[in-house]
Amino acid sequence: MTGRIQVCAGTSGVSAGADDVATSFKKQLKEQDLDSKFTVVETGDRGLFRDVLVDIIFDDGTKTIYERVTEKDVQKIVDSHLKQGEPVKKLLVGKDYEQFFKDQERIVLQNCGEIDPKNIDEYLERDGYTASKKALKMKPEEIVEVMKGSGLRGRGGAGFPTGLKWQFCQKAKSDQKYLICNADEGDPGAFMDRSILEGDPHAVIEGMIIGAYTIGAKEGYVYCRAEYPLALKILRHAIKQAEEKGYLGNNIFDSDFSFHLHVKEGAGAFVCGEETALMASIEGKRGMPHPRPPYPANEGLWGKPTNINNVETFANVRHIILKGANWFSDIGYKKSKGTKVFALAGKVKNTGLVEVPMGMSIKDLIFGPGGGMKQKKIGFKAVQLGGPSGGCLPELLIETPIDYESINETGAIMGSGGMVVMDQRSCMVDIAKFFLGFTVAESCGKCVPCRIGLKRMHEVLEQLTDGQGTMEHLNFLKEMSQTVIDTALCGLGNTAPNPVLTTIKYFEDEYLAHIKEKSCPAHVCTPLVDFVVDESKCIRCGVCYNVCPADAIEWKKKETARINQEKCIKCKSCITECPVMAIS
Amino acid sequence: MTLDLSKAKKLIESYSGKKGILIPLLQDIQKEYGFVPNEVVKLIAKAFDMYPSKIYGVLTFYTQFYTTPRGKHTIKVCQGTACHVMGGKALLDYISDKLEIDDGETTHDGLFSLERVACLGCCGMAPVIMVDKEFYGGCDFKRIDQILQRYKEKEDN
Ligand SMILES: Cc1cc2nc3c(=O)[nH]c(=O)nc-3n(C[C@H](O)[C@H](O)[C@H](O)COP(=O)(O)O)c2cc1C
Repeated sequence: MTGRIQVCAGTSGVSAGADDVATSFKKQLKEQDLDSKFTVVETGDRGLFRDVLVDIIFDDGTKTIYERVTEKDVQKIVDSHLKQGEPVKKLLVGKDYEQFFKDQERIVLQNCGEIDPKNIDEYLERDGYTASKKALKMKPEEIVEVMKGSGLRGRGGAGFPTGLKWQFCQKAKSDQKYLICNADEGDPGAFMDRSILEGDPHAVIEGMIIGAYTIGAKEGYVYCRAEYPLALKILRHAIKQAEEKGYLGNNIFDSDFSFHLHVKEGAGAFVCGEETALMASIEGKRGMPHPRPPYPANEGLWGKPTNINNVETFANVRHIILKGANWFSDIGYKKSKGTKVFALAGKVKNTGLVEVPMGMSIKDLIFGPGGGMKQKKIGFKAVQLGGPSGGCLPELLIETPIDYESINETGAIMGSGGMVVMDQRSCMVDIAKFFLGFTVAESCGKCVPCRIGLKRMHEVLEQLTDGQGTMEHLNFLKEMSQTVIDTALCGLGNTAPNPVLTTIKYFEDEYLAHIKEKSCPAHVCTPLVDFVVDESKCIRCGVCYNVCPADAIEWKKKETARINQEKCIKCKSCITECPVMAIS
Repeated sequence: MTLDLSKAKKLIESYSGKKGILIPLLQDIQKEYGFVPNEVVKLIAKAFDMYPSKIYGVLTFYTQFYTTPRGKHTIKVCQGTACHVMGGKALLDYISDKLEIDDGETTHDGLFSLERVACLGCCGMAPVIMVDKEFYGGCDFKRIDQILQRYKEKEDN
C-alpha cells in the first residue's frame, strides 16, 4: 500500500509535539523500508485544537484521521495501519471532530491543514495562482467592479467594503503606490491570521498580487508581528518560491506588471495594527497613529497612495476572482457577505478556528462547532466578541446573527473574529478591568482622552474589584466612556470603553454586587473572596486538594474539604478547578 | 566588560542608503547582542545623522526592544483574553514567585527573564507560556514546574 501521512504542524500542533511526531514517522518509515511508499507532510493547523492531528491517506483515497497522537503512538500506527491496514482505534477522531467541522463552510481555511505550506506545487494543484493569472488579463476597473459586487468587507475589524477601498487607491494619481497586508493581529483572542499564514501563505500572496495589480502598486509589505516566528518563516519561504516561479518580482506571469513583496517584522505594539500607526512603524518611527484624513488611499506610506487590508481579506480575493462576485455574495446575510473565521476560545469544549457563513447565530457557532460549554454544570455567562474594542454579550443575546450591523447594535463589534466564551466563573467587572488594563498599556500616549481617560477608568475599576467601589464610580465610568469615545484620536481609544459599557449594560447586577455587597459572584476578585468551602455545595471530590500548590486544603475521601487559612496563598487554583463552585 | 562593536558597525553599514531602516536595524542589533547597548545607539545616531533621543523614542515605544542584557531564556506569559479566563494571571504570579523576579526582570543566575505579554495568539490552547521560541499550551502549576526544570537541567548538563 502507498499513501501520504499528514501531520498538522502549525503553532498549535508544534506546541503539542507535532514536529516530533513527524520526525518519528519519517524514522519509522525509513527503518521499515516504507519510505518509498509513504510520504510525510507537515501541514498547517486545521483549526481544531486536539494536540497533534495526523491523517493517513492511502492512494485509493481512503482517509483516516487520528487525534492526540504522540511520538509513542507512531510505531503502532505504522505497524498496524500502514502495514496491515488495521487502524488504531483508540486514537481515531471522535464525535467532537465531526461536530466541529460539520457546520463550517471553509473557503479561506480550505487549504489549512490539508496542504504542505512549504511546497508551492501543492498549492498549484488546488487552483493556485490561477486567479492572479486571470486577474492580470482583466482591467483594474473590472476587478474593482467584481470586488464591489462581491460585497467583501474588510476582515481586520472595521468591515469597510474592500472593492471601494481598492477603487479609491486605484483612482489616486501617483508615480508610486504601496500595498500592505496587515498581519499584526494584536487582538488578544484572535489567531486566524497566524493560522492562514502558517497553513496557506500563497493564498495571501495571491490576493496581494491581485490587489497590487488593481491599484497599480509595484511594492508591497506584509507587516507581521514578531510573536509569530513560524508564520514569518513560512511566509518568507513562500515568497521565495513565488519569486522563483516568476509570480512575484519583475514581469510577473510574463506580463509587464512587476510586484515586489517584502516582509516587515513588528516590534511589539498593539497600536501598530491601526493602519496609520502601522505605516509610521514601517517608516521606522514610533508607531503612533495620525488623524484621518488624509486617508492612506491618498497619502499613506512615505506620503504615497497606499492600500491596506487584513490577511483574511486578502485570502478571500482569489476565490472571488475565480468564482465570481455573485458566487460570493450569495453566501452570507444582509450586508455581510461570505464567511468569517472565528477564533473560538475560553470555556468551550472545542477550541480553535471556525469558519462559518455570515448570518449564522452566535449560539449555533458555540453550541455547534464549539460543542457547547466545557463543563456543563457551570453554565454559560457571556461571550466576548471583538477583543478590547468589543464587548461581552449575555445569554439573552446569543441568538444574534453574525453580521456586522447586528453585532454593532448590541454594543460589541465583529472585530477580527475573536470569540471568547465565559462561564459563571468569569467576573464581568474583572473582564472590563482586564481589557482596560490592556488598552492602558497599549495606548501610544499621543492623545489625552486615551492616555489619561482610560487610565482613570482603570483605576476606578480596580477600586471596584478591591471592594472600594461606590455608585458615583459607576456613573463616572459611563460618563468617561462617552468622553473617550467621542474625543480619542484613533480606533484604539474610540472603542476601548466598549468592554466597560457592555458589561455595565448587560451585567449591572454584578457591578452592584461589587459595590453594595462587596462581593464577587464569580469568586474571581481576590479581596472579595473568603476562601471557604460551602459544605452544602461541596461534592467531596478532592479536586481542590489535588490542585492546591500550598498544601492548604485538608480533605479525606468522602469528606468535605476545608481550607487552612494560614497556609492559603490565595492563588485561586481551587476556585478555578472546583466543578461545582463550592469555594467562595 | 567591553563590548565588541565591530559587528554593530557591520550591521549599520549594511543598512546605509536604505529607507525605513531603524526598526529592522535595531532588531538585527538585538539579535546580535541580546539587547540594544547604549554605545550602539550612539553609533547609529552618528551614522544616520539622527538624534539619539529619536532612537530611544523608538526603542522604548516597542515592547520587544531591551536596553539591558537579558537572561539566557526569556519566559513570556500570555495575558490575552482566553488566557486570562483560563488562569493566565495566576500562572504569571506563580512563575514570578518561583523565580523571585517581576515582569521585566532577570534571575540572579542569568538563566531566565520574565515577561508578561499581551497575547501570543494561541488562544485555543490557553493558558499559554512561551520560552524563547517554544510554545507551551494548557499550562498549570505542575506543567510550569516541569518546564522550568527542563531548562535548568539542560543548563546543568
Ligand atoms: C488599535 C487598532 C488595532 C488594529 N489592529 C489590527 C490588526 O491587528 N489587524 C488588522 O488587520 N487590522 C487591525 N486594525 C484595523 C486597521 O486599522 C485597518 O482597518 C485594517 O487593517 C484594514 O484592513 P481591512 O479593510 O481588510 O479590514 C486595527 C485598528 C485599530 C484602531
